[in-house]
Amino acid sequence: MTNNRSWIPYLLILPSVAFLALLFIVPLVQTIWLAFSDNGVPSPANAQRMMADINFTRSIKNTFLLTIAVVPVQLAIALAMGTMVAKVGRGRETILWVWTIPLGISDLAAGLVWLSILQNSGYFNSLLLGLGVIGRQASWLSYQTPVALFFAIAVAEIWRGTAIVMVIIVAGLNQVPKEFREAAEIFGAGPWTRFWRITLPLIRPALQSALILRTVLAFEVFAVVYALGGRNFPVLVGEAYNWQNQNQNYGVAAAYAVLIMIISLAATLIYLKAIKVDPERLP
Amino acid sequence: MKRLMSLGIVASTVLAFASPVLAQTVFVSTQLRPIEEATIVREELLQDVGDVDYVVEEPPQFAVRMEAERQAGTRTVSLVGALHGELSPLADRDSLEPLDELAKKLAAGGMPQSLLDLGKLGKSTQQYIPWMQATYVMAAKKEALQYLPAGADVNALTYDQLIEWAKKMQEATGQPQIGFPAGPKGLMARYFQGYFYPSFTGGVVRTFQSADAAAGWEKLKALWAYVNPNSTNYDFMQEPLAAGEVMVAWDHVARLKNAISAAPDDYVVFPAPAGPKGRGYMPVVAGLAIPKGAPDKDGATKIIEHLAAPDVQLLTASRVGFFPTLNVKLPEDLDPGVALLAGAVTATQASKDALISLLPVGLGDKGGEFNKVYMDSFQRIVLQNEPVADVLKAQGQTLAKLMTDTKAPCWAPDAKSDGPCPVE
Amino acid sequence: MSAQTTSTANPAGFVSSRRWLLWSGIAALCAWVLVPIYLVALGALGGRQGVYQWPKTGLPTGISLDPFILFLKTEGVLQSFLNSLGAAGITVALSILLGAPAGYALARYNFHGKDSYRLLVLLTRAFPLAILALPLTVSFIKLGLYDTIIGVGLIHTVLALPFAALVTQGIFLGVPRELEEAAWVFGCTRVQAFFKIVAPLALPGIVATAVFAFVISWNEVFAASVLTVRNRTLTAYLLTVLSESPMHYRFAGGLMLILPSVIFIFAVRRYLFAIWGISSK
Repeated sequence: MTNNRSWIPYLLILPSVAFLALLFIVPLVQTIWLAFSDNGVPSPANAQRMMADINFTRSIKNTFLLTIAVVPVQLAIALAMGTMVAKVGRGRETILWVWTIPLGISDLAAGLVWLSILQNSGYFNSLLLGLGVIGRQASWLSYQTPVALFFAIAVAEIWRGTAIVMVIIVAGLNQVPKEFREAAEIFGAGPWTRFWRITLPLIRPALQSALILRTVLAFEVFAVVYALGGRNFPVLVGEAYNWQNQNQNYGVAAAYAVLIMIISLAATLIYLKAIKVDPERLP
Repeated sequence: MKRLMSLGIVASTVLAFASPVLAQTVFVSTQLRPIEEATIVREELLQDVGDVDYVVEEPPQFAVRMEAERQAGTRTVSLVGALHGELSPLADRDSLEPLDELAKKLAAGGMPQSLLDLGKLGKSTQQYIPWMQATYVMAAKKEALQYLPAGADVNALTYDQLIEWAKKMQEATGQPQIGFPAGPKGLMARYFQGYFYPSFTGGVVRTFQSADAAAGWEKLKALWAYVNPNSTNYDFMQEPLAAGEVMVAWDHVARLKNAISAAPDDYVVFPAPAGPKGRGYMPVVAGLAIPKGAPDKDGATKIIEHLAAPDVQLLTASRVGFFPTLNVKLPEDLDPGVALLAGAVTATQASKDALISLLPVGLGDKGGEFNKVYMDSFQRIVLQNEPVADVLKAQGQTLAKLMTDTKAPCWAPDAKSDGPCPVE
Repeated sequence: MSAQTTSTANPAGFVSSRRWLLWSGIAALCAWVLVPIYLVALGALGGRQGVYQWPKTGLPTGISLDPFILFLKTEGVLQSFLNSLGAAGITVALSILLGAPAGYALARYNFHGKDSYRLLVLLTRAFPLAILALPLTVSFIKLGLYDTIIGVGLIHTVLALPFAALVTQGIFLGVPRELEEAAWVFGCTRVQAFFKIVAPLALPGIVATAVFAFVISWNEVFAASVLTVRNRTLTAYLLTVLSESPMHYRFAGGLMLILPSVIFIFAVRRYLFAIWGISSK
C-alpha cells in the first residue's frame, strides 16, 4: 500500500532477523562444525564415537518408539476433549482451564509427579495392593521391566503433552463454521461421517501445527525420562546431556545434537508433505 | 576451546561472585553436595567462622573451574574442599599454597603424621590439610542375619557367601534383597574401582581385561540374580533401606547414615566381601587447600583451623557421617548410627586380607569418562548379558586410550608405572 | 439405529444418558489432569515419613506445610527461583520487543522476503532449539555471558521469539485497519496512531503472549542447565540437585515448579484459544 515507505517493514523485522541470525543460525552452523571436526580439522571421529557408544542404538530406538506411541494417543485424546467441550455451555472455561494446566508444567516437574505415583512405595502400587492385584510392592521403573518403564514414561508424556495439542485443536475447531456441520446434518450424515468428512479436513492446518510441534517436542524428550528411568531408558537428548555434562566431551554431544536436528527436520518435512494445507492459510 | 571456556568461566565467575557481598570467603567443595548435607555445612559447621559462601560443585566442573582460574590468573576461590585425587592435579600444576605451618600445628594437635603425609601429594611441602575420611561399607537389616549361610562371619564375608546369603533371602522373602547404588548419581563406579576389581584381580587399570577380571564378572552376574532390579535407579542406599525395598546394601558411609542413624537398633554394618585377591576397600580422604593467589588467604586459614578443631570434627562425624582426620576418640554418646559405621570401617581396616585401593589420580576432567568405562562394562555384561571377553576387550581399548590421553600413572593397588598406566 | 428408536420413544432419557456420558467423560479427563498434581502435593507436604509410608492411602493425613517451607529455606532454592524469574523477565521483554514489530510488519505490509521470513520462523519451530545451547556455551564464554541470567534469557528468547512474532501478527490482524487509517486522517502520525489506537486494542493479546513467553522460559531445562554453573534457574537447579536429594525434596521441588504455571495458565485462560486459533491458522 505504501511504495514510498517500503523500508518500514524491513526496519520492523530487522531486529528479530538479526537476533535469530546471531543466536540461531550461527550456533546451528557451529554445532555442525563441532560435530564434524576434531582439533580444528574436519573429521568423522565424533560421529564414530557416538555410533560406537553402547547407548546409541538404544537411544534412537527408544526415542522413536516413544514418539510413535505418544503422539497419536495425544492427538486422539485432544480430539476427544475438543468434541466434548464443544457440547458444553456453562463451565466450559473452567473445564478448559483444568485441561490446559499441564501446558504450564515442565517435563522435569511431570517426571517428578509420575515418580511419586509409580515408585515402589508409590500410589499406584498402593492402589493395586488395595485392589488385591499385587501382594507386595512391584517395581515398574527398573531395567528388568522395560515394557512397564516404557509405558510409565509414555503415560507421563501423554499427561504432560496432550494439553498443547488440545489447545491447538480446540482453537481449530472453534474456527469451523457451524453452517458446515448443520448442512451435513441436514443431508443426513451421521456423527462419524460428519467428523471424518467435515471436521477433520477443516482443521487440517491446526492438525498440522499440532503434529509438527508435538513431534519435535517428543524428539526432545529428556527430563521426564531422566526423572523416571535414570540410565535405564537412554534417549537422544539425554545422551547429548550426559556427554556434555558428565563426560565433558563437547564434540560427541554436538554430534548427537546434529542427529536430533536432522530427525526433527525430516519429521517436519514429512508432515508438511503428508498433510497438505492451502498455502494461503500457512502462518 | 579450553582457553575460551576458561576465560568465560572466569568472567562469569567474577560477575557471579562480585554481586554478593565482597567480604565473603568463597569455599568451593566437591564434598557434602546434597541439599541436606550442604545445609548442615552452612548452618552448623561453618556457623562461627565469619562470612563464608559455601559453594558446591560436581567434580568435572570443579576441575574445569580451577584450571580456568589458574590460566587466567584471577582467583575468586579462597578455599577448596575436594578428594585427594581431585586435588592432586592442582598440586601437579603447582597451584596450591604450601600449608606447612598449619600442618605442624595440627600434628601437634593430634592429626596422625601418616595422614598428613598424604596431603603432601608427593611433594616436599604440605599441599592440603586432611579434612574428613570416609569409605564404603555394607549395611544390613538385622532380620536379614537369620538367612546368613552357616559358618559365615558377617565381618569376614566372601563373595560366595554373599551370593549364598542373597539367594536364601530371596527364597525366604520372595524378593531380591541386595541393593547397589547404580543409579545415575550413585557411586557404583567406585564399587568397581575400589572393591570389585581389587578383590578379584588385585588391580584396577592394568588388570582390566585379565582372566581374573572375567571370572569376577561371572561372579557378579551370579550375584546380580539376587540384586533388586531397582538398583539401577538407586542413588543413595539409605532410601531403599529405610523404605524396606532392600535388606542389604553397599554404599558410601555418608549415603547410608540417615537410615542407620534413624534406627540404629535395626541395622548391622560390616565390611564389603572379599574376593580371591583380598578384601578391596577404598578409603576416601577429603582435603582442604588454598589456591595460590586466593583473595582471602587469612579467612581460608581460619576456616581450615575451625574445621580441623576436635569439636567441629566430631560434629561433622555425627551430622554428615564423615569421620575425623584428627586422632580423636568418638565418644560413646555421639550418635549410635555413626558409631555403627565407624565400627565397620575399623573392621575393614583390621581385616587380615584388607587390600587398599586409592581413588583415581591424574585423570583431570576425564574422570567422568573413566567412570563410564566401568559403568558401560557393567551395563553390557551384567544388565545386557553380552559376552564378557568381547566387552572387556572393547572397553579395555577405550580405557587404554583414556590413560594415554591423560598420561595418568598407575595408582594402588596397581603396580607403579613409568608413564601412563597400561591396560595389560 | 436402535438408539434412534429409543430416542423417539423416550427423548428425555436419551438426552440425559448422553449428557451423563459426556459429563463423566469430562470428569474423568479432569481427574486425569488433577489427581497426579494432588498426589505430588501430598508427597511434598508429607515429609520424609510420608514417602516411606506403605501402603499409601492417598488421603491427606499427616501433612503439614513444614517440609515444603524447609525446602524453600534451603540454600539455593530461593536464589534459583529469583534467577528463573529474571531469565523469564528478560525472555518476555526481548521476545515482545523484537517479536511485536515483526508481527506488525507481517500483519500490515506486503514486502519482498515476507515468505522467506515466515520460512525462517517456521524453521525455528521445527528445530529442537534447546540443542543449540551446546555451541552457544562456547560463544557465551567468549562474550562473558556464560553462567549469567542474561545468557539464559537470550537463548530462551530464541525459543519464544518466533512464537511471539506469529501470535502478535494475528493480534494486529484483529485490530481493524480502518481505525488506524481514521487516526491518520485526524492528523495523528503513524507512530502516534499506533500507540493511541492499535496498542491499547492489542494489549490484552500481547499480555497473553508475554505470559506464554514466561512459561516457555520458566519450564526450559536443557539449555539452562548447560549454560549455567552457579546461577542456575530453578529447573536447572532442581535437575542437578534433586537427583542427589531424598524423595520428599524432589516432590517439594516438583510442586514448586507446578504452582506458578497453574497460576499463569489461569491468568491467560481467556486468551489462550484465541491465540492458538490465530497462530495455527
